[in-house]
Amino acid sequence: MSEAPVTKDAKAAEGPAPAGDALVVLDKVNKHFGQLHVLQDIDLTIARGEVVVVIGPSGSGKSTLCRTINRLETTDSGSITIDGRPLPQEGRELARLRADVGMVFQSFNLFAHKTVLDNVTLGQVKVRKKDRKTAEATARSLLDRVGVGAQADKYPAQLSGGQQQRVAIARALAMDPKVMLFDEPTSALDPEMINEVLEVMQQLARDGMTMVVVTHEMGFARSAANRVVFMADGRIVEEARPDSFFSNPRSDRAKDFLSKILHH
Amino acid sequence: MNVLTDHFADFREGFLNTVELTVLSALLALVLGTLIAAFRVSPVPALRVFGTTWVTLLRNTPLVLLFLAVTLGLPALGLKGWDTFWLAVLALGCYTSAFICEAIRSGINTVPMGQAEAARSIGMTFSQTLGQVVLPQALRTAIPPIGSLMIALAKNTAIASGFNVTELGAVQQQLNADEGYNIYVIFLWIAICYLIITFVISGLFRLLENRMAVAR
Ligand SMILES: Nc1ncnc2c1ncn2[C@@H]1O[C@H](COP(=O)(O)OP(=O)(O)OP(=O)(O)O)[C@@H](O)[C@H]1O
Ligand SMILES: [Mg+2]
Repeated sequence: MSEAPVTKDAKAAEGPAPAGDALVVLDKVNKHFGQLHVLQDIDLTIARGEVVVVIGPSGSGKSTLCRTINRLETTDSGSITIDGRPLPQEGRELARLRADVGMVFQSFNLFAHKTVLDNVTLGQVKVRKKDRKTAEATARSLLDRVGVGAQADKYPAQLSGGQQQRVAIARALAMDPKVMLFDEPTSALDPEMINEVLEVMQQLARDGMTMVVVTHEMGFARSAANRVVFMADGRIVEEARPDSFFSNPRSDRAKDFLSKILHH
Repeated sequence: MNVLTDHFADFREGFLNTVELTVLSALLALVLGTLIAAFRVSPVPALRVFGTTWVTLLRNTPLVLLFLAVTLGLPALGLKGWDTFWLAVLALGCYTSAFICEAIRSGINTVPMGQAEAARSIGMTFSQTLGQVVLPQALRTAIPPIGSLMIALAKNTAIASGFNVTELGAVQQQLNADEGYNIYVIFLWIAICYLIITFVISGLFRLLENRMAVAR
């Protein structure tokens, strides 16, 4: 296992990650956007069944980190492995691996021209090659599970934001992923809809799904996360258990950040 | 006497040939145009270069020159025995495909990036992403300009008359040489024939547009 020097003691002291069952491993990952060094020597290991919350100031590289894990963003150097397999180059192989990595976007990104049911069925049929009947049965039970079963025949534009995001979660789950990535899944939602989405995510965490969640919802981090990763300026500055991170952050950047988001 | 009733068979043949020329060229243009649009947004650089070259060349060549290139150039290159009708389909189809490609590409650009990203994130390949998610949404915006291109294509088929294809334009040449009918009357009937074709095309595309608007 590889660990960044800055995170070593935090992890050794409190990190829950059981070694040997690493599902997602980032090793010295670097990424530039032109001159901007958005990801700097990122080392991060996520164990099977672990829920990792990534927080940090705007522009610190959280979304980019999330998107490199399923290679929606390419990296400049370093390696990323998922369940022991390094991420392949663009192509069929990569597509297959992406199917194992669910992703939920801030802006939902449901397929606008397809019904809710078809949104959840499409990947199963086209990627997993399931027959339509089986796929629809799976889709309906997933939609029920996230509480939008009654909306199956509507188009995304006819749903509220909270409902759309829950459909997006169902769409990702339909691929039977090994790990789920969430990039600020509640940031585009009206306050009264945030909880319905968080509850689905809580349940998912309880069911043992491996999750990487970029969020500013501290309540979710406290109750569902095994580990909080704090990023600033493209680096992982600190990682710790949620309780100790929130009550006793080590780095000044984290203290500063927490004081800003907790008292506003 | 009435030129239409006297030469109804000629008019009918010309009309049907123009329709056939339009339909076949349109099919070729739609298939090629979609394919080239896919090339132009593909992750493979060689395909993108090919697509750009195709569009640049065909969009900037006058159609008459293209007809000359196809009817004289291809046989010279050893492609002999092709009927002039099919050479005309080739010229018209390739020419129009460049414009169709650009109409589809501008449609693709109106589809939010997140749609393709979501498709890729569930493991769809490039062609699945394009075919299942991006193109169906791109077509909604591309349909009206494609309709205009089809009307332009129907009228462009007249150029084929200069290359020994018996379509509507050829009817006029043939009748002029003949029995001295009023040339304006001949023109009028030919114009009406084209109007029928173009009205049908715009009607079809209005129908398509309405259907796409409902399906959402
Ligand atoms: N496609 C891109 N091209 C150029 N720069 C980009 C691109 N995407 C992100 N960036 C830049 O990279 C940096 C990190 O972006 P990123 O979206 O990962 O931050 P973030 O931590 O998710 O921020 P936020 O909390 O605002 O979502 C930012 O400075 C951003 O402007
Ligand atoms: Mg972000």
